[in-house]
Amino acid sequence: MTSALETAENPESLKRIVIEPLTRVEGHGKVTLLQGKNRNIRQARLHITEFRGFEKFIQGRPYWELPVLVQRLCGICPVSHHLAAAKATDMIVGATELTPTAEKIRRLMHYGQTLQSHALHFFHLCSPDLLFGFDDEVRHRNIVGVIEDSPEIATQGVMMRKYGQEIIRVTSGKRVHGTGAIPGGINKGLSREEVDYLRKDIAQNLSWAQTAVELVKKVFYEELDYHMDFARIDTSMMSMVNDDGSFELYHGGLRARDSLGKEIFDHIDYTNYTEYLRESVKDWSYMKFPFIKARGEEEGWYRVGPLARVNNCDFFSTPLAEAQRQEFKSLGDGLPVQSTMAYHWARLIETLHCAEAIAELLEDPDLMGKDLRTKGELQSVGTGVIEAPRGTLFHHYEIDGDGIVSKASLIVSTTNNNQAMNESIRKVANQYLDGKRLSEALLNQVEVAIRAYDPCLSCATHAIGKMPMELNLVDAGGQLVDRLEKRTTGQIDRTI
Amino acid sequence: MNHGAAVAPVLVLTYGNPSRGDDALGTAMYDLLEKNPPLNVDLLTDFQLQIEHATDLREREYVLFVDAGINCEEPFELQRLSARKDDSFTTHAMSPASVLSVYQQIYRREPPPAYLLTIRAYKFGLGKEMSSAAGENLARAYEYLVEEPPWAAHA
Repeated sequence: MTSALETAENPESLKRIVIEPLTRVEGHGKVTLLQGKNRNIRQARLHITEFRGFEKFIQGRPYWELPVLVQRLCGICPVSHHLAAAKATDMIVGATELTPTAEKIRRLMHYGQTLQSHALHFFHLCSPDLLFGFDDEVRHRNIVGVIEDSPEIATQGVMMRKYGQEIIRVTSGKRVHGTGAIPGGINKGLSREEVDYLRKDIAQNLSWAQTAVELVKKVFYEELDYHMDFARIDTSMMSMVNDDGSFELYHGGLRARDSLGKEIFDHIDYTNYTEYLRESVKDWSYMKFPFIKARGEEEGWYRVGPLARVNNCDFFSTPLAEAQRQEFKSLGDGLPVQSTMAYHWARLIETLHCAEAIAELLEDPDLMGKDLRTKGELQSVGTGVIEAPRGTLFHHYEIDGDGIVSKASLIVSTTNNNQAMNESIRKVANQYLDGKRLSEALLNQVEVAIRAYDPCLSCATHAIGKMPMELNLVDAGGQLVDRLEKRTTGQIDRTI
Repeated sequence: MNHGAAVAPVLVLTYGNPSRGDDALGTAMYDLLEKNPPLNVDLLTDFQLQIEHATDLREREYVLFVDAGINCEEPFELQRLSARKDDSFTTHAMSPASVLSVYQQIYRREPPPAYLLTIRAYKFGLGKEMSSAAGENLARAYEYLVEEPPWAAHA
């Protein structure tokens, strides 16, 4: 791991390159590359502004509103925030253990949202240009060929997404802003009709999930060396695991391993996460930079999400996903798989696991139970952590005597990957920047590197008028040297 | 997946985040329309458009998307949509034209006639109220839909 990224000497002598995806609202992402005299990229900065104001938005609200309120933080993963907040409020109401019905319905909701979120990513990435941004015609043709062998993928992606959305609707009561999880449990069990309705399509979705993971593997193997190396960085990884070390998305202890797979911490109680994790602040970014306290700010950053989860767990509890994990792990030859593009593969192994887990749950009569809620003595602090589709999500609240939130702290998944995304961008920029002039290839490859992490860059607002990408080359004196604009049509113009 | 409900010939699909200032325009229009639902019109609202919304377009004769926008004329604009795939930076924001493109892709036929009603917006701060100017534009757009519903020939 390097510290040069944030501590470039004589930054005034560096050339500045700005890659700026513009959205129609004030929040937008931006990539700045600082080039040294030798034309290597010394600094890479991915600016994300969407997360401004989350804590302020929450403070002053009653704790019992949190599971519903926080869904409005993000249009991409409202269910993740819903469940993380619900877990935090479980703690506040003294519900140390949920009823089986409550926990299983929450799990069903969570598997449904992970399935639909991953399916969405996969479906969009069925375009080879979007997935790989290739300029290499030969390689491009190979990948197109693989995907054209599966023309039905588009429909499958949509239907998997729809199925996951239906699970959310049935378990939360509404298509948008559901109220399924409440402090201490859930507000309703499922009916036999609802369970049967979801059971009807699970076998089909499971089959599609198997097809999807086989397809992404085929694509990955088609250009194995390229995929293993592109945007690769060797990092620590953090994720939740079960007590037995198995893969876990909803509730468990935190595990962190270094780039060689050695344990940093394991099975820690997430309510004590502040003893293990810290966040640093940079003057150029609204987003914080979390790091593992024991390893310090310079060395302690890490990756989360599918790549970390599949690498970190000892096994999957479901057989099909476990078989896929073993093949995936063989890529690392005993070490963690560090390929950034392997995020895509890991994401689809998780999709398969979710489909298997949903199938199991839909056979469980506890889903139709009537014992929905528990509570105990009111507490003043609550912490909820889950593995959201994009990675570990932390919600921490403190309340006053009237039950009003006096302090809120969130670490969202994309924030956990903040430094790692910067490092992947830097790796790619050093590889593709010719030092003089911006190129379409560079723009594409920076996008591809970021997209592998599936970051939440366009949270919450979706009015019309966005421009997806602007790439500027500005020298240290502030002069614009070059600029490329990529429009929503995909057209790229040099606008200087 | 089908909920089993009958499908009306007209769909009005609004979207936006009600807690992001003027981004609430879409959902606010939904709330207004829902009070006196137009005949033969299905109303849907969501946080944002995504690929599965293509399935909501099935068996429709007319589709109206309603969103907030900062690049349109005041108080609102109505435009005909054509299917066009997004080439956006992330997978997270989808345009109505791209939803039509997904429809084409999965059903292998032309989508129903679709229009976009864009209501002029100004501010999108998290936790902020809708601006008064946007509220006035919403009222004008609602009047238009009540007095001259563009879907009249299909409902």
